[in-house]
Amino acid sequence: MNQPGDFRQRLNHLLRLANIRVLSQGSFLLLFVVAIWLTWTSRIEGYRVSWFLEIDPLVALATFLSTGYVYRYLGWAVLILMLTLLFGRVFCGWMCPFGTLLQFTGWLFQRGATRKTDDNRYHSLQSFKYILLAVFLVLALLGSLQIGLMDPLVWVYRGFTTFVAPFWDLVIDQLMLLSEWIAMPVDLSDLKLAPGVPVRVFTGSFWIGALFLTFLLLNVRWHRFFCRFLCPLGALLGVISRFSLFRIDRDVSLCTDCNLCLLGCEGASEPQQQLLASECFSCMNCIDDCPENALRFAAHGLDRKQVIAGPVVTRRQWLFASVLGVLGYPLLKSNGFASDENFSADMIRPPGSVAEEEFLSKCIKCDQCINVCPTNVLQPATLREGGIEALWTPVLNFNIRHCQLKCSLCSEVCPTGAIRKITVAEKLGEGNFIEEGPIRLGTAFINRSRCLPWANQIPCVVCEEVCPTAPKAIQTYDEEEKDVFGKLVVLNKPHIVPDLCIGCGICQSECPVQDRPAVYVTAVGESRSDNRRLLLKYRSPETAEPG
Amino acid sequence: MSQSDERYRPDRITRREALARGAGALLGGSVLGYLALAPEHLPFSRRDDTGRRSEPSERPLTLPDYSVSPDDSTIAVSIGRNGEIGTLLRKALDGMGGIRKFVQPGDVVLVKPNVAFDRSPNLGATTNPAIIRELIQLLLVDCRAAEVRVADNPIESPADCFAKSGIGKAAEEAGGRVFLPDGNAFRTLNTPGAKLIENWSFFHRPFRSVTKVIGVAAVKDHNLCSASMGIKNWYGLLGGKRNNFHQDIHEIIADLSMMIHPTLTLLDGTHVLMSNGPTGGDPSLVRKYEVIVAGTDQVAMDAWAYKHLLQRGDDYPEYLFKAEQRGSGRIDASGRIREVV
Repeated sequence: MNQPGDFRQRLNHLLRLANIRVLSQGSFLLLFVVAIWLTWTSRIEGYRVSWFLEIDPLVALATFLSTGYVYRYLGWAVLILMLTLLFGRVFCGWMCPFGTLLQFTGWLFQRGATRKTDDNRYHSLQSFKYILLAVFLVLALLGSLQIGLMDPLVWVYRGFTTFVAPFWDLVIDQLMLLSEWIAMPVDLSDLKLAPGVPVRVFTGSFWIGALFLTFLLLNVRWHRFFCRFLCPLGALLGVISRFSLFRIDRDVSLCTDCNLCLLGCEGASEPQQQLLASECFSCMNCIDDCPENALRFAAHGLDRKQVIAGPVVTRRQWLFASVLGVLGYPLLKSNGFASDENFSADMIRPPGSVAEEEFLSKCIKCDQCINVCPTNVLQPATLREGGIEALWTPVLNFNIRHCQLKCSLCSEVCPTGAIRKITVAEKLGEGNFIEEGPIRLGTAFINRSRCLPWANQIPCVVCEEVCPTAPKAIQTYDEEEKDVFGKLVVLNKPHIVPDLCIGCGICQSECPVQDRPAVYVTAVGESRSDNRRLLLKYRSPETAEPG
Repeated sequence: MSQSDERYRPDRITRREALARGAGALLGGSVLGYLALAPEHLPFSRRDDTGRRSEPSERPLTLPDYSVSPDDSTIAVSIGRNGEIGTLLRKALDGMGGIRKFVQPGDVVLVKPNVAFDRSPNLGATTNPAIIRELIQLLLVDCRAAEVRVADNPIESPADCFAKSGIGKAAEEAGGRVFLPDGNAFRTLNTPGAKLIENWSFFHRPFRSVTKVIGVAAVKDHNLCSASMGIKNWYGLLGGKRNNFHQDIHEIIADLSMMIHPTLTLLDGTHVLMSNGPTGGDPSLVRKYEVIVAGTDQVAMDAWAYKHLLQRGDDYPEYLFKAEQRGSGRIDASGRIREVV
């Protein structure tokens, strides 16, 4: 250390590109976790917690293809586009939080002596991701947005929301319990992702969690399997990187064909021969591993003979993939769930959602709305509500909770405008929105054969109590009736006033007939689509009051 | 097999070793066999003949009596009138002999406002946050309480209800600590003599090491039980499937009057929701008074508020009579009431 030359050497070694890359990956992963942590009603305060999705060029491109427009902040994807044009797939190697998680898992199992050059050779099936990309983009162009099934940023958001967050909160809850048990209570609720609520559930999250874990664990055997073989965003950036300025360049005169550059190659991009530029993550490991200093990352003086720019996909394969996309469209659409004739009564969309057909051309299933929802009413759709096309899109499940009156957070975080940004005033039809009236999510009905006062002569009317509209959309009148034992009881029998009902579902979630509630909300009457309207005219509150 | 010059020598297990292993297996098997098969009453037996032994059980906890009775006062209801919130609060408390009679230095005080709904304060569905702010300052500065906690289990999202009602901010700015119903925050509470909630899930976490409890209730119309006031406020500490209680709302409120023996109860007469309760939703349904009520007899207080704030006359809701029968207080406050104008 006392020799300055020695110190400089150490410093250079420490500050080598691969180490700076690890620092960058860690920082972006941290930023992502902070964004997830901020995605909660008591913390969000206008932070743009969906920003990873908003700079995702695949989200921007696919929604542009499906809608013809670029929603709100999605234009910022140009940043990643520019970065790729300059440095290749640096997003994959330096920024992507999902890529970092995958790389980290792989690294845990393949360190030191277990690293093999053969693990990082190019595999011809790596072209599969380009096929996938083409299928998704053609589908999007035709109007069905399915990129969310595979987009890595969508996966990392969705995986954290429905799998990591509840698990983490459970751990914190148990730690707090433990601290109370040993009589040293510590308040750790600041660490929770959803503080202030006992527990959150997400329907069908088993499959999201299982797939998320699978993508992680595949790295134990095949390093960055998802990135190399499946990732449609990586594929898109790979296509773009054909034009990128900087790339890895091999000086053939220095190279001894030792293949050590393959040892840490993240993308399996063959730096030991003609570089497959579209597969390269610009991770810089090969530069470190080269004992001859034959490799460099540069913009000029590059050897044109030593690169294959653009994906290894034939024209025939591109065509085949596009045909697959075209075939996939009617397959998805004729499934019949999104139609205005056969929509599911349970397909109740968050307030601000656009009409269903349009919704499916905008929603990327990132589940950010589900993450921010303070009541847990928003759930990832299973195949039951909307078939495969609507899988993991947000639906409201009023058996779990209700949609809170003065909340529009889901519309705030939606990156693509499937839930259009609305204010609470717009949601409630106040202020400038009196003309339009409140946003109706659906309409409540009463099942008189399950309702305690109606069917069993037992007083109840929790539904009327919690109904938040003024005047209430559930009205009661007193009726004296003999019960089965011949005793006279006064019953408040509930009646729905559909003109006033906004479909918030609090009546359903508070109904004591819990499993199949006696008062329940179905999608009909939702105001986002005239084709699903129930009432021709909304009677005025005066005439709606019982006389 | 082996090409080496040494001859292959087996590594044999000795007789001693074999016997030891046999004995170990026997011993291990016996121990496990005893634990699993020995009759239930024998020590360490884990056997469960009926399937009932393995039922999860929780020993219910009980709450201490938080009330203090200053011997020199027979006043049970004190009404503070005319002035700002701080003045009203001080007048009401002075009528009871001053807050320092009730809270001593070092006390850990739990304040229970009504934060049931995600509504702004002017709608009268929740307690006025200004009262919470003034009260916490009184407790921390005048009484030198060690800690003031604010807790409720709202019907809507807890974080949002505390935010929108303004109570979360008021509490924290005044130096209080807000408790939200996180996981494991509930435990079974035993209320001797209660009919519906003898053993019921209760928001217990904020009650750990608490020495004084003050309820700060909103006064409002209620669709089913006519009025929600001081006693009904404690409903916000229940967990479990509490929506069943509406099938016998008067009984549950009578039970609530026995569940907690608070140090003090305050009634917020500054925003009284006159109809469309308990949710309200329209500022025109709210009537404003310059009144805060303090007291130790919740039954008498609720009766007074029912008559004078909600303006419903003498036709008191059934639960007040039931609470009176249970010995939770007396409706008739004559001779025990004081107005500080």
